[in-house]
Amino acid sequence: MTIEHRTTIEQRRPVEPTRGFTGRARAADRDPRLPPGQYDAADGWPVLSAEVTPELSPAEWTFRVDGLVTSPRTWTWDDAHELPASEYRGDIHCVTSWSKFGVRFGGASLDAFLAAAGPRPEATHVVAYSHTGYTTNLPLADVTGGKAWIVWEYGDGPLPPEHGGPARLIVPHLYFWKSVKWVAGLRLLDHDEPGFWEQNGYHHRGNPWREERYSGD
Amino acid sequence: MAGTFVPPTRFAVPGRIAVSNRAAAVWQRATVVDVRRENAAGTVSSFRLKVPDWQGHLPGQHLMLRLTAPDGYVAQRHYSIASAPDGSGEIELTLDHVPGGEVSGHLHTVARVGDVVEVRGPLSGFFAWPGDRPALLLGAGSGVVPLMSMLRHWRRAGRPVPLRLLVSARTPEDLIYAQEYGDETTVVLTRTEGRLSAAHVAPLLGPAQPEGGWEAYICGSNGFAEHASRLLVAGGQPVDRIRIERFG
Ligand SMILES: Cc1cc2nc3c(=O)[nH]c(=O)nc-3n(C[C@H](O)[C@H](O)[C@H](O)COP(=O)(O)OP(=O)(O)OC[C@H]3O[C@@H](n4cnc5c(N)ncnc54)[C@H](O)[C@@H]3O)c2cc1C
Repeated sequence: MTIEHRTTIEQRRPVEPTRGFTGRARAADRDPRLPPGQYDAADGWPVLSAEVTPELSPAEWTFRVDGLVTSPRTWTWDDAHELPASEYRGDIHCVTSWSKFGVRFGGASLDAFLAAAGPRPEATHVVAYSHTGYTTNLPLADVTGGKAWIVWEYGDGPLPPEHGGPARLIVPHLYFWKSVKWVAGLRLLDHDEPGFWEQNGYHHRGNPWREERYSGD
Repeated sequence: MAGTFVPPTRFAVPGRIAVSNRAAAVWQRATVVDVRRENAAGTVSSFRLKVPDWQGHLPGQHLMLRLTAPDGYVAQRHYSIASAPDGSGEIELTLDHVPGGEVSGHLHTVARVGDVVEVRGPLSGFFAWPGDRPALLLGAGSGVVPLMSMLRHWRRAGRPVPLRLLVSARTPEDLIYAQEYGDETTVVLTRTEGRLSAAHVAPLLGPAQPEGGWEAYICGSNGFAEHASRLLVAGGQPVDRIRIERFG
């Protein structure tokens, strides 16, 4: 039997209940902020990076935008802080099944960085990468129009190192592996180029409301 | 692809194994065929699952397990695979009974032999260890589970390369797989001995390390992962040869 054949059967078969499993959260009174397959991590904030947390001071941190732009640019910590302050208040969702409600991240809108660099009309996608070399791909439309931020504050304080401090990207409408920690730059491209987890079996887009977890979902 | 973008800093630890996207996308029925207590405290048990279409895994990989309520509510969590790949069509998971935990609680208190759950996987080639390079493994609590898959695989393969395991547990009663460790393993009991320290890792990282150095794998809570990875870096282990699996 080929795998393709089995996949077809799999998709047709209705999910049977697990004997004796009722679930703690009832489907009916499930929090509407919770995408399918997610649970509320409440006060917890799991850390899921695959590499050693880098020792990166604000003075060493830089953020670059290049590729298909009219003026490639690199910002230092101080340069970035001169941009208009912008914050995200809302929910975040990790592909490992937890969600966190009502968080606050402070920094600057990615639109401010992109406006300075001037995306060329043929740019359609970006590769976002970190100071550790981690990469992820995003359609340009997913990081423009007030949908993405470079942030250095969490709650009232600085962003903790294990959560991407001194600064990270956040793209809260997608699973959080897209929100590159210790962000180092964005390269604008005219095509899609899978990043680290996407090459390791993850979905290319990662919309939590459609449960786009793994390639093939 | 020509012209693929390579960031100016290389990713510290690239994935090693290309994973099957198909296997990751398909939910399969898994029948519980055995349940075994795995520590003296009785808080950790192994669940042996028969998964007829299991395509095999590499030590260190994990899967996603899903439970479904009659009204369609589902709960899914990641679990590392504890067994070595053996072609038996069966795999084992080892679960810590998390107080108040929805999925681990169900498996520990309700599930019994004959029950069916669903799994998809194996997932992620990032933490996998195919058995080819000297391995230095550091685990705490249930973080020892993927490392045990590596240890079992290594023994089955006739110990082809050096392997050392450092296991941290609070007390002897908490220690998972206590009967299975040999002289490749050092157990650190934190309640009586204190945390894993430089004194434990220094003798492994100096000139005594195997030719070509270690591939290091760290698994456990985030607190343990941060602590253990700092010890290794301070001891001279290159950051691009440390892989970390954090259970949250
Ligand atoms: C890659 C990976 C591999 C893993 N491998 C293993 C493994 O091999 N073995 C293992 O044991 N674990 C493993 N884990 C952890 C596992 O995925 C689960 O997180 C763990 O089993 C807890 O799930 P649960 O459903 O039992 O608990 P959850 O229901 O998720 O609860 C977790 C904690 O939050 C509290 N909590 C959550 N929601 C509520 C609520 N509404 N009200 C009150 N309290 C709440 C619970 O009391 C509990 O303390 C792994 C995790 C990852 C990411």
